[in-house]
Amino acid sequence: MTPLASYLLVAALLFSIGLAGALTRRNAILVLIGIELMLNAANLNLIAFWRYGPHPELLTGMMFAIFSIAVAAAEAAVGLGLVIQIYRHAHTTDLDAMNRMKG
Amino acid sequence: MSFVFYLLAALTVAGAFAAMLLKNTVHCALALTVAFAGLALLFLNLDAQFAGFAQILVYIGAVAILVVFAILLTRGSETPRDGVFSRTWFVGLLIAAGVFATLSWAVLQSVRVLPHETAVPTVTVLQIGNALVGRFVLPLEIVALLLTAATIGAVIVAMHEKEGQQ
Amino acid sequence: MLMQEEIVAFYPPTQYYVSFITSQLWLIPTMPIVAAGIIALLKRLRRKASVTLAIVSLSTSLLLSLFAFMHVVAGWAHGVAVRETVNFTWFQFGVSNVDLGWLLDPLSAVMLVMVSFVSLLIFIYSIGYMAHDENFTRFFCFMSLFSGAMLGVVIANSLLLLFMCWELVGLTSYLLIGFWYQKPSAAAAAKKAFLTTRVGDVFFLLGIVWLFAQTGTLLFYNNGAGSIESAALSSLLAQPAAFGLTAAGAIGLLIFAGAAGKSGQFPLHVWLPDAMEGPTPVSALIHAATMVAAGVYLIARVYPLMQAGAQSGGTTAALTVVTWVGATTAVFAALIAVAQNDIKRILAYSTISQLGYMMAGLGMGGVAVGMFHLITHAFFKSLLFLGAGSVIHGCRNEQDIRRMGGLKSDMPLTFLTYTIGMLALCGFPLLFSGFWSKDGILEAAQHWSVAKAPFYMLVFGALLTAFYMTRQVIYIFGGHWRGGKAAHESSAVMTVPLAILSFFAMALGLIGTPAWTWFRAFLEGRAADFTWRGFLEPGLLTLMGVSTLVVLVGIGLGWSLYGDRSPKPTEPDALEKATPLIWGWLHDRLYVDELYKVTVIAFYHWWGYVADWLDCRVWGGVVAGVAWFFGLWAQLNRLLDNNLVDGGFDKGCDELAVGGGLLARVQTGRVQTYLRILALAVLLLAAILMWSSRA
Repeated sequence: MTPLASYLLVAALLFSIGLAGALTRRNAILVLIGIELMLNAANLNLIAFWRYGPHPELLTGMMFAIFSIAVAAAEAAVGLGLVIQIYRHAHTTDLDAMNRMKG
Repeated sequence: MSFVFYLLAALTVAGAFAAMLLKNTVHCALALTVAFAGLALLFLNLDAQFAGFAQILVYIGAVAILVVFAILLTRGSETPRDGVFSRTWFVGLLIAAGVFATLSWAVLQSVRVLPHETAVPTVTVLQIGNALVGRFVLPLEIVALLLTAATIGAVIVAMHEKEGQQ
Repeated sequence: MLMQEEIVAFYPPTQYYVSFITSQLWLIPTMPIVAAGIIALLKRLRRKASVTLAIVSLSTSLLLSLFAFMHVVAGWAHGVAVRETVNFTWFQFGVSNVDLGWLLDPLSAVMLVMVSFVSLLIFIYSIGYMAHDENFTRFFCFMSLFSGAMLGVVIANSLLLLFMCWELVGLTSYLLIGFWYQKPSAAAAAKKAFLTTRVGDVFFLLGIVWLFAQTGTLLFYNNGAGSIESAALSSLLAQPAAFGLTAAGAIGLLIFAGAAGKSGQFPLHVWLPDAMEGPTPVSALIHAATMVAAGVYLIARVYPLMQAGAQSGGTTAALTVVTWVGATTAVFAALIAVAQNDIKRILAYSTISQLGYMMAGLGMGGVAVGMFHLITHAFFKSLLFLGAGSVIHGCRNEQDIRRMGGLKSDMPLTFLTYTIGMLALCGFPLLFSGFWSKDGILEAAQHWSVAKAPFYMLVFGALLTAFYMTRQVIYIFGGHWRGGKAAHESSAVMTVPLAILSFFAMALGLIGTPAWTWFRAFLEGRAADFTWRGFLEPGLLTLMGVSTLVVLVGIGLGWSLYGDRSPKPTEPDALEKATPLIWGWLHDRLYVDELYKVTVIAFYHWWGYVADWLDCRVWGGVVAGVAWFFGLWAQLNRLLDNNLVDGGFDKGCDELAVGGGLLARVQTGRVQTYLRILALAVLLLAAILMWSSRA
């Protein structure tokens, strides 16, 4: 079990946990939390591959991760703003209750 | 693998579990912060110092705070009546388990072909700065644009609606 | 139509040409028919035009007939017996031909002149008689059509053409009897005439068909190949038929049945008295002079057939039947005429009686004897009918002789001409044609080999004829007027034809006297010399004496019973007072009509009921059954349609809706569901990718 493999497994575990939470929790904010976890797991993957892959001096992995962090931050801001706005309309953040698009 | 790695991994995973399982939303946010911290330390362990500190600055310093603010603004601290998990939580769990299974299977299958350990890279901030305005200038500009748009968008989205209009 | 002009003069055989007049002979009947067609298209008010057309066309036919007659007489004078024919093929079927044609010989020449002349005189008379009738043009249309058809019968050389014109004559008779069709009695009389003659015509047609089947042709004369020429006759004689007859005899009897219908012989006479419903000119022309004579002419025409197989001096079965029927009819009708009171009915029964004489003459004495009486009868009978018309017209449409009287002074011209006609009919000796023609028949009857009874019957008939005519004349012209308003004489347009006819009623006798048997010689193609020695034949003078006596006795009886008295209309007749029972029978026309009503007509009514029952119950039942079956079928279809088709379709649509509902469940409206589906999809894709890259 190479170090890279262990990091990848940890990242996979983190990703799955985040996914599980995003798929099962009722609160919209917790879904967003789960999504943040998934993004972080991906970042971990990137850094691990940068560290143990060929040509780390190219900084490709690290740059990718940095940009990912920036984008994640922006996305979290917008997403939470949306949640707040929804809360103002529906007075709840319960996702099970929001089924007006039901076909 | 070294003991540090296992410790840090355990910390991070524990934080993640806690973030997903706790009933109180604020506790979830705090557990998330722990998970973020653990991840930052993992970055440091991987000799990606800049990434680690950026993680701490951005995620813990901004995103986690933001999450807490959002929780407080939406009264997420109150325990909901029907439970925190959706009625069909099992299906979600199953899917997540499936995903984990697939990913780990992929990793374990390709252990042999994965890259080996190499020399420790020395990365200076100067190098990162040069890379940012050199090789990665386009993504830099795009991300700048993105951030601007996100800022404006977030403001607009969260703005109070004027009474009588819209 | 293939025109193969074939002629041949009969004698001498080397003269192979058709005289001009014979080739144009077809114009004689065609012109009146064409005139009738044109008149039919004219409007009702164009009286002058229609009558001019009719008279001009008939006059032209008369002129042509006279030319033809002159031609034949010229031939006869030079010792040539003219018989010229023009034949052509009408159509072919298979290998057989159907031929038509016309012929000119002494018999047809004489008839042509008689028919056209008498018709023309009656047409002129009708101008006056029908002047007040609003259907003047229709009258002349039908009369023209009739004249044309009758002339067609006369010149026909083919039994088929004769039959066609025969039927046309019957049709026009129907149309003219029913001329005043608004009167129910007239319509009924027309129908009766048509149906009764139809009975005869059925047998006639059977005879024609048999003749055609046996001989292969219907032409009379065709250069030796005709159906009544010697070759055909010998083949007919060789063929036996039923009841001991040969084919010739049987066919002859069938043809005679047709003639009997048309000429009012005993069982089929019932239509003639009722035919008096038509206008008087119609009665004069059709039911006295021409149509009823067509039957006699037909027998004369096919005489070789009737006579075939007779040993010299003997006679054939067909001719015997003809004689007996004729004699019976003569007596039968004369008896009934004695007790009638309608002026026209007396004359009608008299016509039937005289037709019986003609048939008897044909049967016993040959063509010339019968035809001579036909010619003379045409003139004096039409004279009597026209005179009766004049009387009816003058008495303002009164027809009962008991309400007339004393017209001797009121209508002198009519009285004179009527008396001449009456004397001719009775057979008053010497001056009147009827005497000579009737004597010819009586002479033939006296020498008939089979039996003497017809002679006595005919003599008795002559007695009755004299008696009832005297009665009629006394009732009408003698005594004093018993009717309503006073009578007046008729106009010249009506009395001039009467005068002309009365002249001929007297003069025609000259051509048939024993001293100069011109008529007979002309018809038989022999020479005729005038010799007083003709009177010296054994028994002839005795016979003339007997017939004179009979006439005088008849007239005397009539005078004694009716003369100089003028009985009121309500009083019973003098003869009725004497023998009321016999009078009753005779007055009721010996119950022949009643017999038919009880047998034939009753049968047809019953048959009608049967046919109606069949139609309603049997065929109607079948139709109802079919309809019921189809109703059932329709119900079945409805069931199938509702349950299977509609049901199936509805079910399909329902299932579709259910399926759609099921599918719609995917859209829960919840974000997490969509997320899950996303994750699942990615998972699957990743798995597929990794699996495929393993190889």
